[in-house]
Amino acid sequence: MNIGDEAPTFSLPDTDGAEHGPDGVTVVVFTCNHCPYALGWHERLLQVARDYPQVTFLAVNPNDGERYPTDSYEAMKERVAADGGWPHPYLRDESQAAARAYDAKTTPDVFILDADSRLRYRGAPDGDHRDAAQNANWLREALDAVLRGAEPERAETEPVGCSIKWR
Amino acid sequence: MKVELLWWEGCPSYPETLADLRRVLRDEGVEAEIDLVEVESDEQARAERFPGSPTVRLDGTDAIPPPETEPFSLTCRVYRLRDGRVSATPDPEDLREAVRRIDEHR
Repeated sequence: MNIGDEAPTFSLPDTDGAEHGPDGVTVVVFTCNHCPYALGWHERLLQVARDYPQVTFLAVNPNDGERYPTDSYEAMKERVAADGGWPHPYLRDESQAAARAYDAKTTPDVFILDADSRLRYRGAPDGDHRDAAQNANWLREALDAVLRGAEPERAETEPVGCSIKWR
Repeated sequence: MKVELLWWEGCPSYPETLADLRRVLRDEGVEAEIDLVEVESDEQARAERFPGSPTVRLDGTDAIPPPETEPFSLTCRVYRLRDGRVSATPDPEDLREAVRRIDEHR
């Protein structure tokens, strides 16, 4: 999927079983429970969801939960419950169809869709999973541009993280 | 000193650890070849007792021992830096401490 392409839609269950999919300006983050990159960026991504309540924010876990039990649907539910809830849904991509449709590579791998479901950003949240001060600034800059109807100056960055655990 | 760096291609972090390890060995005056061991399957991960990438072993001992419950599989290791931050690579100072510890007991 290239910048400007129409993004595939999907409907996936969150940790309470409710279905969610892209709706309006949407951030889709493929992520997981066990990867150090996903964990390092996790709090920054939660904060983006809190700071942009007008945006649909979807975290999607596509990893094979059989080979990697820490990424099973049950483990996802336990994690969200242990945190007392998240500001955005955490979706289970059991078939991995959404991850394949988006050609997601890593956890995390961030996609921003505009209100017409066109891909406007793809890549990493910022330049360093260890540096909280970076504040997911690549994601925020791109999201700000999309919300004002402009093209993000930095529309693509290299996704950095653990490879998705395909079946 | 026998120095091994076990890695898996699904984690992009091992080149950074390799550079950190080279720097630490040089700083500590330890002359040792670093044996790069690619782990390519779950079977090999279990056979090598590989808790994830990257893993540094010094004289056969994990430089930063994982929890005993850690499974052996193709995965990325979660490290904690000395200030508590999550990291895909070990803290270089932890590597330095491990090199010194092994070197002192040789």
